[in-house]
Amino acid sequence: MTTAAVRDGRRGGTPPARPRAGARRARRREGLVGWAFLAPNLVLMIGFLFVPIVVAVQLSLQETRGFGDPEWVGLENYRTMVEDPDFWRSLANTVLFTAVTVPIELAAGLGLAVLLNSALPARGLLRTLLVLPMVVSGVASAMIAVILFYESNGLVNKVLEAVGLSRVAWQSEGAPAMLSVILVAIWLRLGFNMVIYLAGLQSIEPELYEAARIDGASKWQQLRLITVPLLGPSTFFLLIMNVIASFQVFDVIFVMTGGGPSGATSVLVTYAYRNGFQIREQGYGAALGIVILLITLVFTFVQWRTSRTRDLAG
Amino acid sequence: MTAPAHQLPAQAATVAAPQRPRRRSRGTESRRGIVWRTIVAVVVTAIVVFPLYWMLVVAFSPRGEIFEPGLRLWPSTFTLENFEKIFDRYPVLGWFGNSLVIGVFVMVLTTALNLLAGYAFARLRFRGRTGIFLLTLSTMMIPVQAIMVAQFRLVVDIGVYGTYWGVILPGAAAAFGIFLARQFFLSIPDELVEAARLDGAGHLRIFLQIVLPLSRPLIAVLLLLTFLGSWNDFAWPLIALKENDLFTLPVGLLYLKGQTTPDYNAIMAMALVSVLPMVLLFLFFQRYFVQGFARSGIR
Repeated sequence: MTTAAVRDGRRGGTPPARPRAGARRARRREGLVGWAFLAPNLVLMIGFLFVPIVVAVQLSLQETRGFGDPEWVGLENYRTMVEDPDFWRSLANTVLFTAVTVPIELAAGLGLAVLLNSALPARGLLRTLLVLPMVVSGVASAMIAVILFYESNGLVNKVLEAVGLSRVAWQSEGAPAMLSVILVAIWLRLGFNMVIYLAGLQSIEPELYEAARIDGASKWQQLRLITVPLLGPSTFFLLIMNVIASFQVFDVIFVMTGGGPSGATSVLVTYAYRNGFQIREQGYGAALGIVILLITLVFTFVQWRTSRTRDLAG
Repeated sequence: MTAPAHQLPAQAATVAAPQRPRRRSRGTESRRGIVWRTIVAVVVTAIVVFPLYWMLVVAFSPRGEIFEPGLRLWPSTFTLENFEKIFDRYPVLGWFGNSLVIGVFVMVLTTALNLLAGYAFARLRFRGRTGIFLLTLSTMMIPVQAIMVAQFRLVVDIGVYGTYWGVILPGAAAAFGIFLARQFFLSIPDELVEAARLDGAGHLRIFLQIVLPLSRPLIAVLLLLTFLGSWNDFAWPLIALKENDLFTLPVGLLYLKGQTTPDYNAIMAMALVSVLPMVLLFLFFQRYFVQGFARSGIR
């Protein structure tokens, strides 16, 4: 990365001597070409991202009922939000979901990466199988989970019963329903965490472990004092990416529980969808969207800052 | 970074080509270590793969069998009736075709636009470049749920609601590939481009005839990831499509579940139809997928 940066900097410097007027013309030409290269992307981005953001802000200040004209209501939708227990519940569920999934994804990803980075038979095959869920759609995973966690006679409950435990009300009780969507989300993201950590592990010098071994460090000490600190940049990157992914989890929850039972798995994105498209309170749905947008931008900013440090560290 | 300049960074993340173990095992102690590690690794892998195995079991089981009492881990008889049923009763081939057409359009359009924009950000100097780049970066993570109501209205207003284009155009506005492309183009040696400049080649010609042929790994990653993203996309197609016949596979899956008495065997047959192409693509192009995942953080 550093070489690229240096080269970039060099190109930014003064070009070799050339007739000045020609150089200016060439530079202007380069500018035009640059904008022309960007134009198609900009058009789509403005049309389908920036215009909708502006419209969303506008909608969030309106109330639409039935087929009547929208009515300007100022910050009414946001005031409703502050007093809406379902909004706070969805926000709390989002935080809970994120707080549970992210550390597990990190820890399990690191564990698997360390395991799959050591000498093992059929290591390539095992890695491939562990990464496989990454290409499975959220909807398909959720469908499989619906069958596995089927309350009355799904496989999970049958197994629980067979080993002498009691059945779990995966659909009709809030906490088990939340647990089931958390498990599916972790399943979907485990491979990603492993891949990033594997890349990080392979950049650690083997000599470090050699030296630690000579000094008599145990495997656990090596993990704690060498591996984990040196994987810091990977961890930070994964932390942000996992938080964003968990914060935006939609497909799995929408298909498995629809936010139920009675709001127990409702998160911000499913709640926004519910208001925008199922209850059809578009103004309120748009206002919820703006809140999601703002939270996302904060995380993107943090991610951007970390990815710069990650590139420098890499 | 010891990698050759014009290859994707982070290729260390390749899972396809396992490295040789760093040192030979020393004595019985470390041999026992390998045995234990192998057992743990195999058990974890089995747990991770099990849901996919279960999809196969349910898809090939006679209707309702898995819900009968008693612990059964494989079908009593291997049947294709679930597949016959879904192809008979639902426009599954059509849904498959819709996913394919939308996926190919999104893939080609997004990749082409991302390559162009990435090149501009990496190798062309113009006023406003940094500003636009940061703006683009900031849009990368915005979920569709943040602006779906407004996007829906827009799509209705410009008359593409319920059509392929209503799904394709917002889908192609994705920016993650720009970042990937820019990183890659920054690593192409200056000398190649400068030599072409001295020969009098224009920017477009340099891009098409010199840079792109060097960028095959990048292009492969972009094509595969955008196709995967479009194929598995759910929330936006759910909003932008209205008629049955135009559903993509994930939306069709939800439609099957929405029936009054959902036939879970049929749903798993359908899930298999939708998952299998991506699994095959992944097995063939694993290296590119993993590089892309590792670099972009998008799956």
